[in-house]
Amino acid sequence: MRYLRFLLPVLLVVGWEVASWIIHNPFILPSLTTVIPILMHPFSPEYTLGTGSMVENAIISIQRVGLGFLAAAVVAIPVGILMGRSALLNDFFDSTIELLRPIPPLAWVPLALAWFKIGLTSIIFIIFIGAFFPILLNTVDGVKSVKKTWLEVATTLGAKERQIMTKVVLPGAAPTIWTGLRVGFGIAWMCVVAAEWLPGISQGLGYLILYAYNFGQTNLIIAGMVVIGIIGLAIDFVFKGIEKKWFSWRGLER
Amino acid sequence: MTLVLENLSKSFAVEGKTEVEALSHLNLQVNDGEFVSILGPSGCGKTTLLRIIAGLDRASGGKILLNGNPIVGPCPRMAMIFQEYSLYPWKTVIDNIAFGLEVKGVEKEGRRKKARELLELVGLCDFANNYPYELSGGMRQRVAVARALAVDPQILLMDEPFGALDAQTRNMLQRELLEIWEKTRKTVVFVTHSVDEAVFLSDRVIVLTARPGTIKESVSIDLPRPRDRTGAEFARIRRYVLDLVETASFSPSKV
Repeated sequence: MRYLRFLLPVLLVVGWEVASWIIHNPFILPSLTTVIPILMHPFSPEYTLGTGSMVENAIISIQRVGLGFLAAAVVAIPVGILMGRSALLNDFFDSTIELLRPIPPLAWVPLALAWFKIGLTSIIFIIFIGAFFPILLNTVDGVKSVKKTWLEVATTLGAKERQIMTKVVLPGAAPTIWTGLRVGFGIAWMCVVAAEWLPGISQGLGYLILYAYNFGQTNLIIAGMVVIGIIGLAIDFVFKGIEKKWFSWRGLER
Repeated sequence: MTLVLENLSKSFAVEGKTEVEALSHLNLQVNDGEFVSILGPSGCGKTTLLRIIAGLDRASGGKILLNGNPIVGPCPRMAMIFQEYSLYPWKTVIDNIAFGLEVKGVEKEGRRKKARELLELVGLCDFANNYPYELSGGMRQRVAVARALAVDPQILLMDEPFGALDAQTRNMLQRELLEIWEKTRKTVVFVTHSVDEAVFLSDRVIVLTARPGTIKESVSIDLPRPRDRTGAEFARIRRYVLDLVETASFSPSKV
């Protein structure tokens, strides 16, 4: 049964190939044989309609996500810690956050363009919005979940407020904050693809697949999608790996 | 080190309006090296009393004196041991024990050396590098005791430390605690709701009345140690203390 998980993907690929023979229209469904060569040559600009190689586009997308994600983490984690520690600050921020949170990141696009014009800043802003809320809410949760006894032990042993923060609150909340970062990164990665459809953008994986559409190159669209998926999966894998290594105590507090 | 509570009172505001008196004008002296248990019906404020001594809660009135000097807030001469969930799950056993020294700024080797001595005292040498979730409940409480001892306090405050353990482990830890107490000669203030535990461990059992908590009686127990739980004299004292606790539950306000 170990291999059952691979069955459906294999069937899908086979079904896809069969369907592409039957449909016989590469614009609707290109054959695998036209997609695989693109994936086999990630460093070659020959396969990507002159937009730079797949790897170059991927690096640009990753850099954009990295910037937006980092900015979100730098703001959300401290604010989340303050909200988790202080009921007063929590009450102060909470309603505003609940109002803003349901607005999808992409709904911010027109406003982003109005504020920051076409360019990198707008993209970063959209990614920031996407990553910000999961990081913030998980940080607040993480800080609130720090057990009262942990804090009191530190107090009775003479810890100062700053030590309680660095030696108890932060390590105690870290697993949940990490989950927030992981979820936030996932959303940021989704946002970057759409944000790269903004006018005036000429690079990135999102741009690449839209550009391929304009040329009717469905095989390049699919290849681009596969790369987007693989990168997202790989980064999530890294997040999960670190979670397992550092935070294996989670859920085992006694 | 002598601990004196003078006229200690504590009231809580319930939902911002009615005041509930948890402790009322409580006077108590605990002598150097003495093992005192605080016993009472649930809701009598025994944990509140311990938390006030530890500096975790503020008294509404009265004083706490340590060797004649009034103290406010947490005091390094005292260490508290909680019922459960007190170990840091991200730290190994040895680093949990060393935590109090870490907070004091003792460098890593120094605090680990001290922690190793205490590991030996509580019989957990083989578990220095394990994490708390890999330990049984009894072992975790041994670690908690070791962590409290690491800062070399004069007074140990224990809040139902064995309350979450099964009966056998509990009895074993009681014996071990007495051994440690005899070796280190710390003053112990031990909160429990178990009459058996209080009579087995203590030089003196303080029975509190139900809300507002105040001292109903202080019972000195001069049975020789190690005590025999099944002995006739033990049974007699146990019976006597149990009656006190039962009558203490019926405070005038409840009748």
